[in-house]
Amino acid sequence: MKKDKFNPDYSARNGLLDRRSFLKASIASGSGLMIAGAHASEDKIRASWMGMPGEGMGESGPSEYERHIKRANIGSQPGTVGSGASRTPIQFLDGIITPSRLHFERHHSGIPNINPDEHRLVIHGLVDRQLSFSLEDLHRYKQVSKIQFLECSGNSGAMISPEAPQRNAAQLHGLVSCSEWGGVPLNVLLDEAGIKPEGKWIVASGADAAVMARSVPLQKIMDDAIVATHQNGEPVRPSNGYPMRLFLPGWEGNACVKWLRTIKVTSGPSMTKDETSKYSDLRDDGISELFTFPMEVKSVITSPSPGLNLRKKGIYQISGIAWSGSGKIKKVELSADGGKSWAEAQLDEHVLPKSLTRFRSAWMWDGSDSSLMSRAIDEKGNVQPRRDAWLEGKAVNTFYHYNAIQSWAISSGGEVSNVYL
Amino acid sequence: MSIYKNIICTFFLFLLAGNAISDVFGKKNPNLGEPLSDEEVKKYDFVIMPNGQGLPNGEGSVDAGKNLYDIHCMACHGKEGVKGLNGDLAGGHGTISGSVPKKTVGSYWPYSTILFDYIRRAMPYQNPGSLTNDEIYSISAYILFINNIIDSEMILNKNNLPGVKMPNSENFVWAFPEDS
Repeated sequence: MKKDKFNPDYSARNGLLDRRSFLKASIASGSGLMIAGAHASEDKIRASWMGMPGEGMGESGPSEYERHIKRANIGSQPGTVGSGASRTPIQFLDGIITPSRLHFERHHSGIPNINPDEHRLVIHGLVDRQLSFSLEDLHRYKQVSKIQFLECSGNSGAMISPEAPQRNAAQLHGLVSCSEWGGVPLNVLLDEAGIKPEGKWIVASGADAAVMARSVPLQKIMDDAIVATHQNGEPVRPSNGYPMRLFLPGWEGNACVKWLRTIKVTSGPSMTKDETSKYSDLRDDGISELFTFPMEVKSVITSPSPGLNLRKKGIYQISGIAWSGSGKIKKVELSADGGKSWAEAQLDEHVLPKSLTRFRSAWMWDGSDSSLMSRAIDEKGNVQPRRDAWLEGKAVNTFYHYNAIQSWAISSGGEVSNVYL
Repeated sequence: MSIYKNIICTFFLFLLAGNAISDVFGKKNPNLGEPLSDEEVKKYDFVIMPNGQGLPNGEGSVDAGKNLYDIHCMACHGKEGVKGLNGDLAGGHGTISGSVPKKTVGSYWPYSTILFDYIRRAMPYQNPGSLTNDEIYSISAYILFINNIIDSEMILNKNNLPGVKMPNSENFVWAFPEDS
């Protein structure tokens, strides 16, 4: 089972794997060490890989011992290959930046293979001048850089299930990632086009086979939207919108249209399929809310978490991520007794607006049944709700924008599982 | 050149250079957008508004739509829009405010224009862009018909499609802007 397989990897992240591998190697094959050691002074030993020069320079991937850290839960709708999602393996990551190869995906008709020389961004509609921009053009505009999260509003949607689903942190909450996004502020391009007074919204469409489209209020576009061309220093990867994508800090991922092709300035929303039939939030009174854009304050403990089981009692590091579409994380509180008492976690140095924030705390586990919870509070005073409070007023199968407190149960055997408290 | 002239020249050069730089950064815009004609823009413009703005010429019947649906849509969406591999298109009427809401085109979608817009953008899944406007009107008509929203004689076009009222259209509110 996966749980057994993942145990050593957690140890690796605590810095134990090197030593253990070393000890195992010395027990299993002492002769290997002796041969390697023959190259050195007789009272010094060398690991087997120290007895000869290593590989040459070139393309770089993860260590072969870390190759299980990859996008998780790759799934597509029946009859399709590219209409689905993959998730960030958040339980294996630290810090706040998601490596681009591990950024979550959600596509509606696959990943187009776009030749940037043939791609244009067209701005049209209620503007004085209808304009087209090439990627090369955009690179001559002043670029801005933001370290910000991107979250699919369907993230954590499995948590509406009546029974706590027994899945790991990636499977439950892995539709969130954080990158350094670089690009051109969209207000610069729209100012160049000249917005007519009746322009109030834009409709953004992608160059994918679904021509995926979302309507976005002009207010947000002029405030902080960018046409992102770079992600973590390199050109945006095809699975994240190469050669350019819309990026709306703090707002739901679906509205951040990938492979951005056209922006039409309009007087109102177009009411596209995705913003009406999909990304709308049905209440228990039969009314649906449209345009629930901001991703609300949220956190999850990534370690320990299901699959990363505890071994024996003692001190453990609790670590996790917190974020809010409203601004900076102000604090994260932790409970190890199912919410009876709370203590403030330590936040890492980088506390940035609309970004992932890493929190940590040392925890002495006494070997008894326990439950760990994290509760984030943002700078606007928004507090991450309990699950029952989040569910209140929603239709039974409404799952977008789930941001409730996650509880992990720790059994006396050290096994971590998902639990509703 | 005297040292004073040198200083003065340097000063003016500095001012000129300073102006040039601040122009670019101040306006933040090298103005590289290439102007497009209405005709060029039209080729890129997929947007259809709920009032029908953007709908093309053409028309389609329920009968023609049934044949086209069976060829292009049924494999994924099932016979008469139910029990397919993906998303039911029909049924679920009256369930949205009930204990187990079932969202379909007929039971949930707020505007009929979404059908034309979405089919033209994205369907059929394996071959988007392959249908004519007449064919899209026809398939839209058929999907509305199997949801009992229009009768079998209706010929859909850009003038009458926006007026087709969807059963759940009154049950949407806008979370943004907050005061609407």
